[in-house]
Amino acid sequence: MEILSNMGVVIALLGAVLAALVAGIGSAIGVGMTGEAAAGLVSEDPAQFSKVLVLQLLPGTQGIYGLLIGFITLTQIGIMGGSADISLVKGVLYFVACLPMALVGYKSAIRQARASVASIGLVAKRPDQFGKAMIFPAMVETYAILALLISILAIFGINSLAI
Amino acid sequence: MAVMPMKQVLICGMQQDQSAVLADLQQQGVLEIRSLKQEEGGVFFQKDTAKNREEAGQTALLAEQALAVLDQYVPEKKELLSFFEGRIILSPAEYEAKAAHRQEIQSVAEQILSLSKQIGVLEGEIPKLEQDLMALAPWEKLDLPLDAPGTKHTVFLFGSVPRAVTAQDLMRLLTEQSEAEVDVGIVSSSKEQTCFWICCFKEKKQEVEAVLQQEGLIKAPELTGIPAKKREELSLKLKEKKEAIAALTEEIRCLGSVRADLQFLQDASQMAKERANAQQEMLQSQNVFLLSGYLTAKEAPMIQAELEKRFDVFVELNDPAPGEDVPVVLENHPLVAPVEGIVESYSLPGPGERDPSAVMAPFYYILFGLMLSDAAYGLIMSTACGICLKKFPHMEQGTKKFLQMFFWCGISTIFWGLMFGSFFGDAVNVIATTFFHRPDIRLAPLWFEPVSLPMKMLVFSFVLGIIHLFTGLGMKLYECIRSGHVADGIYDAVFWYLLVGGAILYLLTMSMFTNMLNLGFTLSGVAVYLSAAMVLVGFVGIVLTSGRESKNWGKRLLKGLYGAYGITSYLSDILSYSRLLALGLATSVISTVFNQMGSMLGDTLPGVILFILVFVIGHALNLAINAMGAYVHTNRLQFVEFFGKFYEGGGRKFSPFGIHTKYFNVKEETK
Repeated sequence: MEILSNMGVVIALLGAVLAALVAGIGSAIGVGMTGEAAAGLVSEDPAQFSKVLVLQLLPGTQGIYGLLIGFITLTQIGIMGGSADISLVKGVLYFVACLPMALVGYKSAIRQARASVASIGLVAKRPDQFGKAMIFPAMVETYAILALLISILAIFGINSLAI
Repeated sequence: MAVMPMKQVLICGMQQDQSAVLADLQQQGVLEIRSLKQEEGGVFFQKDTAKNREEAGQTALLAEQALAVLDQYVPEKKELLSFFEGRIILSPAEYEAKAAHRQEIQSVAEQILSLSKQIGVLEGEIPKLEQDLMALAPWEKLDLPLDAPGTKHTVFLFGSVPRAVTAQDLMRLLTEQSEAEVDVGIVSSSKEQTCFWICCFKEKKQEVEAVLQQEGLIKAPELTGIPAKKREELSLKLKEKKEAIAALTEEIRCLGSVRADLQFLQDASQMAKERANAQQEMLQSQNVFLLSGYLTAKEAPMIQAELEKRFDVFVELNDPAPGEDVPVVLENHPLVAPVEGIVESYSLPGPGERDPSAVMAPFYYILFGLMLSDAAYGLIMSTACGICLKKFPHMEQGTKKFLQMFFWCGISTIFWGLMFGSFFGDAVNVIATTFFHRPDIRLAPLWFEPVSLPMKMLVFSFVLGIIHLFTGLGMKLYECIRSGHVADGIYDAVFWYLLVGGAILYLLTMSMFTNMLNLGFTLSGVAVYLSAAMVLVGFVGIVLTSGRESKNWGKRLLKGLYGAYGITSYLSDILSYSRLLALGLATSVISTVFNQMGSMLGDTLPGVILFILVFVIGHALNLAINAMGAYVHTNRLQFVEFFGKFYEGGGRKFSPFGIHTKYFNVKEETK
């Protein structure tokens, strides 16, 4: 029982790490994909560099959101200083709170990257349509933001629970 | 304000003034040329300027290619911020002075191209020489010419096999496998290949070759003369060519100073091409030319007076006929003008539509500021943009507006950063605690800290979102009333106000909802009935009217129900504003991360160094990523949530006949 009650912080940390890890992997894949497409366009038309750079970075935000959730969780569970006395239930709650960011972050980064790659193609053909090209990948980002929001609200909420 | 009214203009002048009038109009760059149609059997005809256009185009291309050659051999040193400098301004007099030298510049350009061509030819010959030199290297010891004819009855065979063999090996091989009598000598031998000569009777040559072929015979290079001498000859040739290339390169380098002239030639030819294009759209007769176009109503009388004063022309101004494809120019207050670029990147106002820039601008700045929400970041942005704007006054219009926009966004970011107490995140507190041991010093927020009160920030985001959406709806209502479709305004805007507004009011009467959002109040009493009545009226109104184009009532009601289903899109629109909270938190939490990382080593010398390093790199990264995020998502909120309520666009951009060059711009100095 002793071990089980000490497991709280472990499970919470698992959630924090998962948010940074899984969303980070998604963003890495995404930014890699868009980077390839962007390099292809710049080889033809170097003047488009600044535009495609924005498009390349769009799927990079999920990784940052993941880092953010990971970091907030670390501070809340006392790993960044303070006491790491987390009950098992709270640990599981933190773990669950991290999941939206981890999973939605992963998938949305890759999907956003695909939209971004298509938008880079759009900019290649019609550089004047950059404003519109940027919106399509940004639409996907909405869901990463919603996941981030729920994860944040949940993590802040758990802190004040008396369990 | 808003979309500028346009005038259609008809200019009628004498042929002898034509080029002067065109040059003048081009310099002013205020008139968009409208194509005039030639009438069958009329006096007026369209001049075919294809030849002029082609000539000008070719000269421009010549200059461009010569410039490319210069860039290759004499690269131009560019300053870091040269992008902002814009084109160099020439006064008309300076332009004329330079234009007088066009022929000379053109011949220099041709000279540069011919030099580069010569270099190309020489460079093309080098690989062959080098290849021959390489191929001859193993044959160097041979004292016979490679094309030695042999004697009356014998022939020489020069070749190599790809391995090491001795003369005896070869001799044995040949006597074993053929009846030829041969003499063999090895010229050079290594693990990779052995070069040899064979002397045999003429009639046995084929037999010997056949045997060697099986061993992988490679014939000696087909060159004449004794290899060692030949090699000397070739190296000399190679050296000569390389020297010639160096001399030609030097010659091009000496011409490096004509870069500006070439740029001028390219631009002048580009301008000539534009003039020829304009001429194509005009009508001519023996003595008279006709030119039609659009210009802004504001500038029209001034230009009319100017033209009539300077030339023998007649200028007529008309209002464009309804339904005509009139180009769009926006003009706004200096605070609003910067966001015109954003409107343009969505779509310019269509015919009869109003310019949304003025309504959009304040929201744009506020939303951007909320998403970035760090006073220091805003300060950096505004200062950087301000310095660039001040330092490079000749910047291109588009770039200028873009920087101005970020300047104002930066100001708004400073405001919200102070409201939320964020200056490089919690840097003030971290620095005071770590290095001065004063944890009590902190930048207190003027309003509240979103990190500690996220719910409050979420509610604020939603409230702002509702205001934004309702403003959009208000624009639609205004548009309907202005165009006389009051009923449409009521059906499409007022009913939605009632339905969405009522629904929000009703939610505020539910304690579950107000508790969830920590609002601290719950409406009751008359508000309950009022909100219910609003929702009911709005809902019934929408069901009855949103399918109003169908005559059949059954169909109409079904369409109406589907229309009312649009309430879900309002829900998602409002929820979409939660990104204000999320992106704001992202900025501040990530800066907190960097501050904490930096202060890990505490108040020591390495600690200070680490802090400075992490601080500079981390915050630069955070600023770049979050400014980009704020830009993208502010655009999204404007384009999707806001414009979606009322704005269609579809206008055509005003593209005046003017100077669309790369390096120079001809303008009267305005002092």
